[in-house]
Amino acid sequence: MRAFTRLDGRAAPLELANIDTDQIIPKQFLKTVEREGLAKGLFYDFRFDGEGAEIKDFVLNKPEFKNASVLIAGDNFGCGSSREHAPWALMDFGIMCVISTSFADIFNNNCFNNGLLPVVVKPEELSVLMEEAKGGNHMVSVDLETQTVVSPSGQVIRFDIDPVRKEKMLKGLDAIGETLMHGGDIDVYESKRALSQPWLGA
Amino acid sequence: MRGAMTRTSKTLYDKIWDAHLVNEQDGEAILYIDLHLIHEVTTPQAFAGLRVAGRKVRRPDRTLAVADHNIPTEGQALGVDAVADEEARLQLKTLARNVADNGIEFFPMGDIRNGIVHVVGPEQGRTQPGMTIVCGDSHTSTHGAFGALAHGIGTSEVEHVLATQTLRQKKAKNMLVRVDGQLGPGVTGKDIALAVIGEIGTAGGTGYVIEFAGEAVQALSMEGRMTLCNLTIEGGAKAGLIAPDDKTFAYIQGKPSAPKGAAWDMALSHWKTFFTDEDAVFDRTVVIDGSALVPMVTWGTSPEDVIPVTGNVPDPESFATPDKRAAAHRALDYMGLTAGQPISAAKIDRVFIGSCTNSRIEDMRAAAAVVQEAFLHGRLVAPHVKAMVVPGSGLVKEQAEEEGLDAIFKAAGFDWREPGCSMCLAMNPDKLQPQERCASTSNRNFEGRQGRAGRTHLVSPAMAAAAAIAGHLVDVRTFLEETA
Ligand code: SF4
Repeated sequence: MRAFTRLDGRAAPLELANIDTDQIIPKQFLKTVEREGLAKGLFYDFRFDGEGAEIKDFVLNKPEFKNASVLIAGDNFGCGSSREHAPWALMDFGIMCVISTSFADIFNNNCFNNGLLPVVVKPEELSVLMEEAKGGNHMVSVDLETQTVVSPSGQVIRFDIDPVRKEKMLKGLDAIGETLMHGGDIDVYESKRALSQPWLGA
Repeated sequence: MRGAMTRTSKTLYDKIWDAHLVNEQDGEAILYIDLHLIHEVTTPQAFAGLRVAGRKVRRPDRTLAVADHNIPTEGQALGVDAVADEEARLQLKTLARNVADNGIEFFPMGDIRNGIVHVVGPEQGRTQPGMTIVCGDSHTSTHGAFGALAHGIGTSEVEHVLATQTLRQKKAKNMLVRVDGQLGPGVTGKDIALAVIGEIGTAGGTGYVIEFAGEAVQALSMEGRMTLCNLTIEGGAKAGLIAPDDKTFAYIQGKPSAPKGAAWDMALSHWKTFFTDEDAVFDRTVVIDGSALVPMVTWGTSPEDVIPVTGNVPDPESFATPDKRAAAHRALDYMGLTAGQPISAAKIDRVFIGSCTNSRIEDMRAAAAVVQEAFLHGRLVAPHVKAMVVPGSGLVKEQAEEEGLDAIFKAAGFDWREPGCSMCLAMNPDKLQPQERCASTSNRNFEGRQGRAGRTHLVSPAMAAAAAIAGHLVDVRTFLEETA
């Protein structure tokens, strides 16, 4: 997994609640057997019309946001389908951090498993970031070590994050490798269970 | 504060959690997974990851594979090579190769046991009380109907479970949703689910596992309970649970993978330990009067955008926050509806009866009963409506055909298809055309979910059947009294 430490970049405002993973990456892009190359499908129905032409006023199509690396979005971002293609597509597009007031659970887990940082802020802080990003200056910096976002005008917003997840994200640790270090515990669990619930097999 | 040292009473969720703890450090647990269901769409990258790292599947025997998301709903007997979509074909073949390489049981397309993953697990008796069950699909919450802790995971987590048969988890909070009283006629598990989501919102369950209880929940059949738990994810919850009871055990008994003989007795006494202790404490409790519920229908593009079928489309300006107002304006525009209009005035073009929410035998029966009654009144599917029924598995299809349900549907003008996810997510050729309006028994009314610019209204199977015949959204309880 990619490590995330600090990011300075453009933040694109997307002021809609309940953006689901079907919107982040529509199903026609889920037929791939690869993780790469999904940027083309990111927010496809927001970015392109029925004929495949760019919709000019969608935020990520505006020249100033084409290389945004932070997305500021409404409440309950990433709800719906479990597709990990959503964070893969965001990252392939260059977005490494999403800021919202809440994230749906599976999407949130998927972000942490890929090194995309989901930052949860309070509603009033989200409004500040949203309004400032709509203005002339779109640069924010996100620092995971100090758990802060600096808004375009220089306001410092502190965010909370689970310490275990923070540590893994900072180091880019491989979750499977870590769990396999507890392989002995899993063996013990399985042998106990083979006795108490034999119908589940050994 | 919950979790005090003195507290010994546990919720159902607490009990399942404790029974699966392999290890816990810094509040993060390694939880053992009893059953891992897999399908073609969310696994190729996980198997590829295993190969790259030189890792093996730890418990192929605790893993079961189906092909459901992108298979066509006709011509399945022709096999994968006949699937027209090249990418879908490659994905299906990749799954076949991955399961063969790893010795995982697989019901391929065309096998009578194949179908939607959340229909197949219970139908095979793989889903059992007190288990932990995961799948790379958010509606894994369905299996909670058996008192199993079941939830969706992403592809990285699929790889983690394949390699370790465990998952790293933080414990969620406990929520109780109690539905009191008896449901009125025409009101189903689907309507309870939609009413709950309307009540708590699509993010209302975030961070919680919901246990459903109360008279109306106990009275539901296993199918109705699966529908209710299926939709828990649309309320943002990690999982939904219903304590197992005699109905649960009776459903499992005799299924192909159910324990037999002495093992059955042993399993039964184990399963009976999974219930919430009387004085257990929930972090949040929501009480709903089941007797006051009416058939529900969604008006917008989020499952929380729900109203009684007797209601009117709300005014976007009535929502509390700017992002919600913006979303509601966008939803009305997308759905082609006007604030204040009666929802029953919305004329429909398509009907979809299917998906892991409502494609089991009882759903087929409920829809067919409405169709049959209308048929006896000389009514057929409205001429401008295209309606399809997609059973959840080959076995559901076979059972329905034995009962003659297919004949009822076909006589009234419905299209009777082969099993799969179909127009629930429209990855296969079954999809809405732009602006087409659909009464659907599935679980998501998101923009574009059933086809680009398609408009989805979520309803129960009986409501969908009634809409097909009326040609517009309609109250199933009274629609036959309308003049044709
Ligand atoms: S029927 Fe729909 S929701 Fe259910 S598993 Fe298939 S795609 Fe997912």
